[in-house]
Amino acid sequence: MRVGVVVFPGSNCDRDALHAARLAGAEAEPLWHETPDVRGVDLVVLPGGFAYGDYLRAGVLARFSPIMGAVRDHAAAGGFILGICNGFQVLAEAGLVPGALRRNSTLRFEHRWVRLAVERTDSPFTRAVPPSRTLRMPIAHGEGNYYLPDDALDALEARRDVLFRYASPEGNPNGSSRDIAGVTDEGGRVCGLMPHPERAAEAILGSDDGMLLFRSLVESVAIAGRAVTVA
Amino acid sequence: MSSHRFVVAVMPKPGILDPQGRAVEQSLPHLDVSGVTDVRVGRRVELTVEAPDMLAARAIVEHLASEVFANPIIETWEVAPASLVAAAG
Repeated sequence: MRVGVVVFPGSNCDRDALHAARLAGAEAEPLWHETPDVRGVDLVVLPGGFAYGDYLRAGVLARFSPIMGAVRDHAAAGGFILGICNGFQVLAEAGLVPGALRRNSTLRFEHRWVRLAVERTDSPFTRAVPPSRTLRMPIAHGEGNYYLPDDALDALEARRDVLFRYASPEGNPNGSSRDIAGVTDEGGRVCGLMPHPERAAEAILGSDDGMLLFRSLVESVAIAGRAVTVA
Repeated sequence: MSSHRFVVAVMPKPGILDPQGRAVEQSLPHLDVSGVTDVRVGRRVELTVEAPDMLAARAIVEHLASEVFANPIIETWEVAPASLVAAAG
């Protein structure tokens, strides 16, 4: 698998994401946001950080970076995209995943370990997660309070596009609707989540549960590649 | 072409939790102020647009308001010429 990690001005988890992708066996390269090209990678990662200083609203200005046209084309062509934390905010502002991320209901920047329930293990992002296994990952955000109107949430759940929810014992850290921590688009190949899988990529960091996402994607890309070869 | 200055007021949608407004409201008793409710905190953007006329300028601002200044999922917005808004710079 080839992974490209977009670097916006203010990204600060791009190197962690490159490292985690390499640990999972992928080739990984940074993609500068001013270059309107994703260089044919299989997976585009929009990393955590504070792109454009989070001015105006978290994620909204990054949406207009020159690379985002290529990211949209990548999504339209069925490529995989993973938006982590600030990357999730960018995806939501760009309309590549549904919903909006409001300020945390606690009004605090929340940085702590959380527990995630995985809603489905047949998605490209979770196929390596053992059934009923919960994941331990850190969060670090001020605007992670996921919101959609109730009818849109019903539709999201009916499509099974909720991928992760905050679970006990720590529970919901930011007031997000229906405890949602991560969602996919309707095609299931674009995923945004607030917790940081790349910061839970090795036991020495306190958890390596995040590697299950990167390993899932390596498998998914291999399977998609075989499907193309057979076709 | 002429210059037109506008004010765009962006507010959290009615009914959507506004944590900033709530925090302000909850802190008011510390100032010995009572009887204040429904505090909501929004954002105001002022800008100048070069366009053939007022209508064309306004169309540009409306577009920017819905695409950039406000997120229609969680916010409402209102565009007004700066000349009609008090204290617009």
